[in-house]
Amino acid sequence: MSTTTADVREEHLSKEEIEKLAHPQRPLRQRVGVVLSYVGMGVIVLYCIIPFYWMVVSAFRDPSEGRSTEFIPSPASIENFKSVFSAQNNFGRSLLNSVIVAGTTTILVLLFGIIGAYALARLRFRGKVAVLWLIMACSMFPLVVLLPPLLKMFSSTSPFTWFPYWINTYQSVILPGLSFGLPLAVWTLTAFFKQLPVELEQAAMVDGCTPGVAFRKVILPLAAPGVLTTAIIVFIGAWNEFLLALTFLQDKNIQTATVAISKFTGTTGFDTPYGSIMAAGVLVTVPLLLAVLIFQRRIVAGLTAGGVK
Amino acid sequence: MATATAEPRSLPATEDGHKHKKNALSDGQGRLAWILLAPTLIIIAVVAGIPVILSIWESFHQTNSGVDPTTGMVAGGDRWVGLQNFTDIFAGNNPVTGNYGTMDRFWNAFLNTTFITIVCVLLETVIGVAMALIMAKAFRGRGLVRAGILVPWAIPTIVSALMWKLIFDSSGVANRILGREILWLADTGASFWAIVIADTWKTAPFIGLLTLAGLQTIPGEVYEAAKVDGATTWQQFVRITLPMVKPALVVAVLFRTLDTLRMFDLPYGMIGAGKYRVETLSIFAYQEASQSRYGPAAAYAIILFIYVLLVAFLFVRILGAEVIGDADGKKKKKKGEPPPGEAMQETMIGEAIGGAH
Repeated sequence: MSTTTADVREEHLSKEEIEKLAHPQRPLRQRVGVVLSYVGMGVIVLYCIIPFYWMVVSAFRDPSEGRSTEFIPSPASIENFKSVFSAQNNFGRSLLNSVIVAGTTTILVLLFGIIGAYALARLRFRGKVAVLWLIMACSMFPLVVLLPPLLKMFSSTSPFTWFPYWINTYQSVILPGLSFGLPLAVWTLTAFFKQLPVELEQAAMVDGCTPGVAFRKVILPLAAPGVLTTAIIVFIGAWNEFLLALTFLQDKNIQTATVAISKFTGTTGFDTPYGSIMAAGVLVTVPLLLAVLIFQRRIVAGLTAGGVK
Repeated sequence: MATATAEPRSLPATEDGHKHKKNALSDGQGRLAWILLAPTLIIIAVVAGIPVILSIWESFHQTNSGVDPTTGMVAGGDRWVGLQNFTDIFAGNNPVTGNYGTMDRFWNAFLNTTFITIVCVLLETVIGVAMALIMAKAFRGRGLVRAGILVPWAIPTIVSALMWKLIFDSSGVANRILGREILWLADTGASFWAIVIADTWKTAPFIGLLTLAGLQTIPGEVYEAAKVDGATTWQQFVRITLPMVKPALVVAVLFRTLDTLRMFDLPYGMIGAGKYRVETLSIFAYQEASQSRYGPAAAYAIILFIYVLLVAFLFVRILGAEVIGDADGKKKKKKGEPPPGEAMQETMIGEAIGGAH
């Protein structure tokens, strides 16, 4: 009798031991580390989200509450959003202007950037390093360098009286905007094209394709994710552009959204209408956030090499 | 700008001195390359090259104003003033009082630009690297963090400027939490820190994201080997993580530095134009240009451009930032495929360029 119980106990103990061996407990330090990393991630997310939360909260406050510092709006109201689209602010028009400007910039940049990037990624030619440096330098220069001559030119001031009056036109923002969109697109796309194995085109050419056809039928479809990523990044850059639009778009009907927001006026005149500014800010940001959240993997995938194997 | 297009066209690839690799695609296709690159180069020359040259021309001129003493007519047009626009910054004709005492408005803006850049980039780098380390440790929830991190990046700078303006309002939430009455927006010393906080919020996560990409290329075996050799966590960080993440980090920091030197939207939207404690060179040049003082505006912008180029040059020389990842054969290539880090790095540069515009 006693022997059997001892046996059972022994067996029981060994089972526990087996379990212990099967699930080795992480050392305390490591467990603390895991907990801390979750805490850290929570802190990061809060750090990023809280100011934005404040913008959303302030947008949903009733205008009568002014600059209340309550953390939850009570009562929540969409009055601010209504005033954003009032005739006085005419924000719908500004959003449309932004779409036109950013959309055109993105399309032009991609059109020229794709073929340029392909040459840089695949073709071998003298002066490639010079071109790379040129494009790099182009992304370095301050936009404000462009302002004095362009302001003179676009407003047909002497000695540019021969130049058409371009203030308050879309092209006055789109064309200078290419100067930072294009280098960005060329860099990003070159990297994406390089990730595709050159053997693909060689195989296509063995099958009788010309380089052009090989590019169109083989490389471009495969690089589509990269092109989309580039498009998003360029579009966001153009959508967020402020300095050029502020300088060249002075008329209310052609202002882009970023300029319009910075010029919002309250009904009373002197008081900054924070409520409607925040509401407009939310409206400008939400489409971008949606795009970023939907394509976040893709945007970040651009960072991690070997995505295309 | 035109030098690149003036390069001799379509030299056979065999002449470039490298060991020639058989590649049906690239043999003797220099001409094709230039044709493909032509639109990009022409656009860059037209929208950037010509204006930069005009800006240099402009910086040697001043717009006439008032009455011409010889003819008695209202003067117009430009007159050549040589280097006067540049030497005027030493003349101290326009003294203002900022954070650093009373000095010429140009030097005030110059110091503001420099100190905002130094403080912001230092903070952003430290916070960004910390974020990357935390994210690299995480097993789950990385997607959520990544989504969260892209939020500040996606918000237009001017919108974030106005958002922080509300937060830092004298009766705003920042003062409520601090329990004090700090006049952040009234062009005080606190305005400087308001700008720093807002800029750090927006771009530290981005540095984190780029650093994380660099971290993920470090093989785990390296750490295991270090552990076997008895390295402490700190030693691992200093001896392994930092050196191996350095190429990615340096490029990210370089582009953040260049962006911060050109800062315009944030102080303009948050504190306003003509506020001397936070006036950057970009804002100063913009102000001058919008008041039709094109010559001085161009001169200040050119100085800023030279400053930016100088900083970039120092980064490349001292920290060895590899801004041009692949110079086609200049680096060791294995089997025609770029090393894994290389393509990534270039993409990161692209991302970094787009980061804060």
